[in-house]
Amino acid sequence: MNRLIIFILILTFRGFSAEAAKIILKPGQSIQAAVDGAVAGDTLIFSPGVYTASAVTIRKPLSLIGENYPVVDGENKGNIFLVAAENVLVRGLKFIRTGKSNMDDSAAIKFFDSKNCTVENNILEDAFFGLHFSNSSKLTIRNNKVKASATREFEVGNGIHLWKCKDNLIEKNEVSGHRDGIYLEFVTNSLAKENLIQGNMRYGLHFMFSHDNTYLRNTFKRNGAGVAVMYTKNVTMQENRFEENWGSSAYGILLKDISDSKVIGNIFRKNTVGIYMEGSSRIQFKENNFKENGWALKLMASCDQNLFQANNFSGNTFDISTNGNTVLNELKENYWDKYEGYDLNRDKIGDVPYRPINLYSMIVEKIPASVMLWRSFMVTLLDRMEKILPTMTPNEMIDHSPKMRPYDFG
Amino acid sequence: MFKLLKYALYDILKSRFAIIYTVFLALVAISIYQVSDDLSKVSLSLMNIMILFIPLIAAVFATTHFYNNLEFIELMLAQPVKRIHVFLSQLFAVVIMLSLSILLGFGLPMLLWGADGSLLTLLAVGVVLSSVFAGFAFLASVLTRDKAKAIGISLALWIYFSLVYDGLVLYVIYSFADYPLEKTTLALVMLNPVDLGRILMLMQLDISALMGYTGAFFQQFFSSGLGILIAVGALLIWMLFPNFLAMRVFKKRDF
Repeated sequence: MNRLIIFILILTFRGFSAEAAKIILKPGQSIQAAVDGAVAGDTLIFSPGVYTASAVTIRKPLSLIGENYPVVDGENKGNIFLVAAENVLVRGLKFIRTGKSNMDDSAAIKFFDSKNCTVENNILEDAFFGLHFSNSSKLTIRNNKVKASATREFEVGNGIHLWKCKDNLIEKNEVSGHRDGIYLEFVTNSLAKENLIQGNMRYGLHFMFSHDNTYLRNTFKRNGAGVAVMYTKNVTMQENRFEENWGSSAYGILLKDISDSKVIGNIFRKNTVGIYMEGSSRIQFKENNFKENGWALKLMASCDQNLFQANNFSGNTFDISTNGNTVLNELKENYWDKYEGYDLNRDKIGDVPYRPINLYSMIVEKIPASVMLWRSFMVTLLDRMEKILPTMTPNEMIDHSPKMRPYDFG
Repeated sequence: MFKLLKYALYDILKSRFAIIYTVFLALVAISIYQVSDDLSKVSLSLMNIMILFIPLIAAVFATTHFYNNLEFIELMLAQPVKRIHVFLSQLFAVVIMLSLSILLGFGLPMLLWGADGSLLTLLAVGVVLSSVFAGFAFLASVLTRDKAKAIGISLALWIYFSLVYDGLVLYVIYSFADYPLEKTTLALVMLNPVDLGRILMLMQLDISALMGYTGAFFQQFFSSGLGILIAVGALLIWMLFPNFLAMRVFKKRDF
């Protein structure tokens, strides 16, 4: 009887210790062997140093934790880690040099069919794809620094790439030098917040068919073509910054076929085009700051039922331009720094409506070279005449209640 | 030479025009600073005024100054001094006075309420445009013997460069819209000092929109120092060329 009790005790103890087992890896050791030798739930601790690894496959719940950022070198061969499991944690590792191939989309860490996984505090340098997730859910991607140094768009993949994932949190990551900073396709119900995405070759944020997501306090800066989002409904974008996206097809944000969404409290600064939108409907734009953009808004005639309310437009070269005479959107209570009306009844709302489209912006739209004559006396005269007797600019693009003072959004 | 310049300057200051002009510019700048809430708006409004009025005032003032001093110039020419010195002293006096008026009139409010890069560019463009149009005015003055005619020519040049020329360029752009016109427009702009000054300002104020241009050449032109360098070079040529021509005519002219 006593023996039996001891045996059971030993068994439970064994079981318990196995679950919490810590396996310490030394530099040079094979990661794959350590992974294969570990039991589900084990923690692999990486001592500081350099490990070489390629296509390390993880199929059980494990925690991989680095001390002092040990380097995991992919030696330019394919993927570094491949994960298909639940409850995997990867923390504090520095991944460098993945393969550079579009054949297998080489990535530093690639997740398939995984659940409840966390990738945090890692550094990724010179990866083709940084973090690559497909068909997974409940992922947490936090505090990673993903940096590539390619010079051309086709030489590099996306920083954080999610395909067909749901319920994720993407937080406080920094991505630079990749093709797209964050790429989401068929990703639903996720939250991206406080990421800093700058200097990527193509888009800072790029998503398609990714419904019900929220983007909060992210910064997208100096990306090749800004941010482009398409074919999605129920998006919330709040308090993000879109800055310094310069170029002939660079946009603070490009909205194509986006509907039922909210764009609130964002800052659009120094972009060639602040927002470009086509085929988008029922989006609310409120309390955004449009500052020093070439065009604050390019609102194509294919958009309908959008509402622009209580935004600040200041220091933009052109406030709005469009491509047709149909206007199915509503502008109200915005502040326009170019407004020249008066307010006799002192309700802080201008008594004359404001027409944000100016004649010359339509001309520039047709003949880009004519931007050279902008602000010349001749052009100012033309604009004045158009303001008095509108003939070319769409009549309904009008703010009936322009504010006299800018809003203070803090 | 310096003696001549000193007397010419003294003469201009005595005419009170310099003070009135400076005060006028200062008042304009102060009122704009008072009503605008940020610096980019200030430089925009000041630029609109500057592009239009400063060349006008420079042209008219330089012409009238030349004719008002014609007797003095003739007297000096009878003295054993070089013709070039007589001419240059008058020219420099006018340019110095016009530039000082701009620097003081616009510069003092800037010192008081702050300035940014675009406002400093504005000051420089103002000085350059003044000297360009003073050059035109001197050229018009030495080419004719009639004050009214000279003023007429100066005004015609002013209208041409600030209004008619842009209209023509716009017409050309519109007529040939189907062709790649980027380099042509850029070249056409180089042929007008007022437009050059304006482009320099655009590069400060509307860089985001200018970057919307297609083509690597333009990206480079606007984003690097190259554009500024070319524009400044062209402006320098505009500053020197009319003055040089006027000097040549003056040297040979029979008074």
